[in-house]
Amino acid sequence: MAWTRDEMAARAARELKDGFYVNLGVGIPTQVANLIPPGIKVTLHSENGMLGMGPFPYEDEVDPDLINAGKQTITELPQTSYFSSSDSFGMIRGGHINLSILGAMQVAENGDLANWMVPGKMIKGMGGAMDLVAGVPRVVVVMEHTEKGGASKFKQRCSLPLTGKGVIDLLITDLGVFEIDRKGGGVALIELATGVTLEEITAKTEATFSNRLK
Amino acid sequence: MQSKVFSDATSALAGILRDNIVVMSGGFGLCGIPENLITALRDSNVKGLTVIGNNVGADNHGMWAVLANGQIKKVLASYVGENKILEQLYMNGGVEIEFNPQGTLAERIRAGGAGIPAFFTRTGYGTVIADGKETREFNGEHYVMETGLVADVALVKAWKGDTEGNLIYRKTARNFNPMMATAGKITIAEVEILVEPGELHPDQIHTPGIFVNRIFKGGNYVKHIERLTTRPHDNATGGNA
Repeated sequence: MAWTRDEMAARAARELKDGFYVNLGVGIPTQVANLIPPGIKVTLHSENGMLGMGPFPYEDEVDPDLINAGKQTITELPQTSYFSSSDSFGMIRGGHINLSILGAMQVAENGDLANWMVPGKMIKGMGGAMDLVAGVPRVVVVMEHTEKGGASKFKQRCSLPLTGKGVIDLLITDLGVFEIDRKGGGVALIELATGVTLEEITAKTEATFSNRLK
Repeated sequence: MQSKVFSDATSALAGILRDNIVVMSGGFGLCGIPENLITALRDSNVKGLTVIGNNVGADNHGMWAVLANGQIKKVLASYVGENKILEQLYMNGGVEIEFNPQGTLAERIRAGGAGIPAFFTRTGYGTVIADGKETREFNGEHYVMETGLVADVALVKAWKGDTEGNLIYRKTARNFNPMMATAGKITIAEVEILVEPGELHPDQIHTPGIFVNRIFKGGNYVKHIERLTTRPHDNATGGNA
């Protein structure tokens, strides 16, 4: 037993706070948009130049001039604003976006993140990921705990080229939740996923962590 | 003074294109790309181009056509997926790609246009992007030096423009276009609607005409959507969410 992708997204949604400006990456993080807790206001940022992303359009509302960073058609809201890419990354680099939730290939116990290239495979590019993890004050990663072959993706050191060095604050996997001190103060396991034991998560984790389960 | 207005993309590019020049091209994916100028650039057959843009088109669309025509030597971009010809050319050494973090690329262009030769950013510190670059510590944080970018010609797409070259963009089709407009030694803008001075509200102009050397009204916009994503109407079928 472990968390499903939906349950991982739901756990990530608990990191949202009232008034937050949030950037969501592709994959599981995108699902967080549908799970914003009732009673709080969250404004979604799209790095191609938009604040206040609305839902996907109805078929008769589709506008090719209105897409998100994943190049999907979307809609605007009454509070929406548009701006250039340099203003957009000024928001990111300048620390104005409160929270970034994104996926990963590997995470290390020192807060390093690798999610943009695998040597020997075609490199597609990092897009805005390096800017997001370097500029946003709180970075949450959502990823599967292990590779398909069973190897831990939460490592002592990343073996893949880095997206950012010492940039992650919280790691949510299908097995549990870890707090990471990006200044090198170590990792603490703070939650276990439904049906997961401390023994199982310990056996499947290469990174060193302390137990702060309540 | 000679008019900035040209009749079409080919005449707007006349006398500007040569082999081995640096070209900036606006857009994010296929949103807000200068479609008419890209087609005219392909038809010009100039070679050895260095192209600066967030992407290099996508299969069968946008700057892909210039790439497929063998005109591009080097690309500066942040993301080049969904482009099989670029993948082949990159793997066999036919084209060089310099990957830039998207925000760094945007800021390099903004800096270039604003006369700033270099700046420091936290982005990419401790990664391969910082290899060979100067780094510095400010207030206990590490920063990487990145240089400003300018181009021989910048190709931009706006929604509305006037004959003075003032531009207004529409929704997320703005993206890289405003910075690129400032960073071209010569900037050419194509617009969907071209009006006389006074018809655009001066408070709402995104790119002042000083940055634009040539302007024309483009036609036949395809505006291909890469990922059409919709939601169904309540109590109705359809939509391919």
